[in-house]
Amino acid sequence: MGHGFASLLLVALGGALGGMGRFAVSNLIAHLLGKAFPWGTLIVNASGALIAGWLLGYYGMPAAQPLWLFAVAGLLGGYTTVSSFSLQTLELWQSGHSLRAAINIAATLILGLAMGTLGWLLGMGVR
Amino acid sequence: MSWKAYLAVGVGSGIGSVLRYAVSLASFAALGGYFPWGTLLVNVLGSGLIGWLAATASRFPHTSLARWQPLLVAGFCGGFTTFSLFSLETLYLIQQGHPALALLYVMISLPLWLLAAWLGERMALSRPTTQ
Repeated sequence: MGHGFASLLLVALGGALGGMGRFAVSNLIAHLLGKAFPWGTLIVNASGALIAGWLLGYYGMPAAQPLWLFAVAGLLGGYTTVSSFSLQTLELWQSGHSLRAAINIAATLILGLAMGTLGWLLGMGVR
Repeated sequence: MSWKAYLAVGVGSGIGSVLRYAVSLASFAALGGYFPWGTLLVNVLGSGLIGWLAATASRFPHTSLARWQPLLVAGFCGGFTTFSLFSLETLYLIQQGHPALALLYVMISLPLWLLAAWLGERMALSRPTTQ
């Protein structure tokens, strides 16, 4: 069980650091760009997808290696978020900003997948 | 933002991440690795929970639940759900030659996330106010 416990610790530590990083970035972006549009969550998720894609391109998909546990299951998993995206999209919709809600959905999907692909290509390139 | 808010977010996100990892291991063991059920499940559950928490906290702003917002919302819900794994799994399905499965994953994930947040909010708002 020692190995299993070490894995959980790596995920917990990465997740804690990633979550604080997300909190810092989204607070900073909200301060800079205001709260009319959820820029912070969009930027966090797009940058997280870029780094995750890079790691996939560089290392492949090794599910249980310590680096993968810390960096992907922990750090990037904690850094990026779907719950805030869902809540903010719902709030935009309910406050009468259905266009902004639709733009947020499209931008999150397109940027997320484009950034993931870009990161993956960059990671393959330097391997 | 105070260091206490950062600490609360860190603790919540660490716990949420471990729980997400546990769900992904359990779903891999139960349902296999053909489709990313684990990530879909955590993202739907986390969206439902954040909808419920946000609506409950806005209805009862002076309760302990509202005070624990950084730990529960930015912390736990944020760490429990993940967008980076969602994009990674979508790309991985395409890369493995399953573009239809990747498209299906995206097309069912988005409506389910939003529906879950809405349902969570509905559940919180339908609770009686006398508390």
